[in-house]
Amino acid sequence: MELHNFITLIQERLAGKVLSVAEMKNDDVMITTDREHFAEVVAILKNNSSFRFSTLMNQSGADYTDTLAVMVNLYSGFLRRKVTVKAFLQRENPEIDSLVPLFRGIDWYERETFDMFGIRFLGHPNLKRLLLPDDWEGYPLRKDYVYPHSYNGMETGRADLLDVDAAGEAHV
Amino acid sequence: MLDRFNIVNRLSPDRDLILTTVDTAVNLARANSLWYLLMGLACCSIELMQTGGPRADIDRFGSLFRATPRQSDLMIVAGTVTLKMAPRLRRLYDQMAEPKYVIAMGSCANCGGPFDLSYSVVRGIDKIIPVDVYLPGCPPRPEALTEALIKVQEKIKKERFFLKQEASQQRKTEQEKRGKDGSGIPFQGSSRY
Repeated sequence: MELHNFITLIQERLAGKVLSVAEMKNDDVMITTDREHFAEVVAILKNNSSFRFSTLMNQSGADYTDTLAVMVNLYSGFLRRKVTVKAFLQRENPEIDSLVPLFRGIDWYERETFDMFGIRFLGHPNLKRLLLPDDWEGYPLRKDYVYPHSYNGMETGRADLLDVDAAGEAHV
Repeated sequence: MLDRFNIVNRLSPDRDLILTTVDTAVNLARANSLWYLLMGLACCSIELMQTGGPRADIDRFGSLFRATPRQSDLMIVAGTVTLKMAPRLRRLYDQMAEPKYVIAMGSCANCGGPFDLSYSVVRGIDKIIPVDVYLPGCPPRPEALTEALIKVQEKIKKERFFLKQEASQQRKTEQEKRGKDGSGIPFQGSSRY
C-alpha cells in the first residue's frame, strides 16, 4: 500500500481518536493521540483486519520538560509497515492505560518506563520498579532529576584526585 | 627457591631435612591455595574466565574458583557494582571466613570508571569493603590479573601470626590505626539484606 493511501486509511478508521498522523523520514508513520484514546487506538490497529499491527516492536517513554510522552512501535506483517503511536501526558499526573491486555510481552517494558519516568500504567498487573531498588527515590531519566549524594549510607560521589587545594586535600 | 620462601637448610646437602618457621610454612600453604569467589558482575568477568582458562591458567598458582563464599579466601570483584548490588556484595564478603582478601578488578570496581557520572553505580568498592589490591584496566588482561594474584600472595607471605607479646601489641595498634584511616569501612546499609 502506498504511504499516502495508508495515511488516509488511518485517518478514516481512527477519525476523532487521533490528533495527527504524520509521515516520518524513515517511511514510518507517527500517530499522535491523547491518553484517553491511546489503548483504544492501539487495539484498533492490532485487531482491525485492514491493519493487523500484531507485532509489538518497542515501548518507550520520553520527557519533553513540559510534558511526558509514551510511545509504542508496532509492525504489521500484513501491510509490511511500521507505525509509532504516541501520547502526551501531564507532568503532574502521568497516567495512561496499560497495554498488557493487548500485548502480554509489554509487561516489563512498561515496568522499565515506570522505573525511569514515573509514568503509571493503569491496569498493569505488577507495576513496580524493574531495574532500580524498590526504595529508590525519583525517576532518573526525567530532565529535572537530581542525582542523589548517598543511598542507604553509601556515598555516590568520589573526590577528584586532581582537584586539590593548597593544603593538598581533595574535594568531593 | 629456599631463599625466596625464607626456608633455611641448616644441615649438609646430603640430608633431606630443611628447617623453617611455622609462620613461613603456614603462609606458604595459604598463599598457594588461594581459592577465589566467583564475583563476575560485568565484562571484566570474561577476562576473569580467561585467566582461569588454559592459556593464562591461574591454577598454576593453586588458585581455583569457588561458587560459595564459605570456601573462598579471595574475592575478585570483576565488574561494575551498582547501588542495588552493593548490599549483596557486602553480605558475601561478610560470609567469607577470615583471613580474606579482595582484588578490585578493573576501573569500575576501583572508582566507578566510565560510570563516574551515573546515578546508580558505586564509585569504587572500597566504599563498601576493604580492598587489598587495586587492578587498573578496562578490562585488565589475564596477565594483569595474574600479577594482582601474585601481589596478594606476596602480601600473605609477609604476614605473621605467631608473635611475641610486644610484636602482637604493635600489630594490633597498627590495625586500629589503619581502620581509622578508612580502609575498614563500616557499612551502614539497610538491614533488609
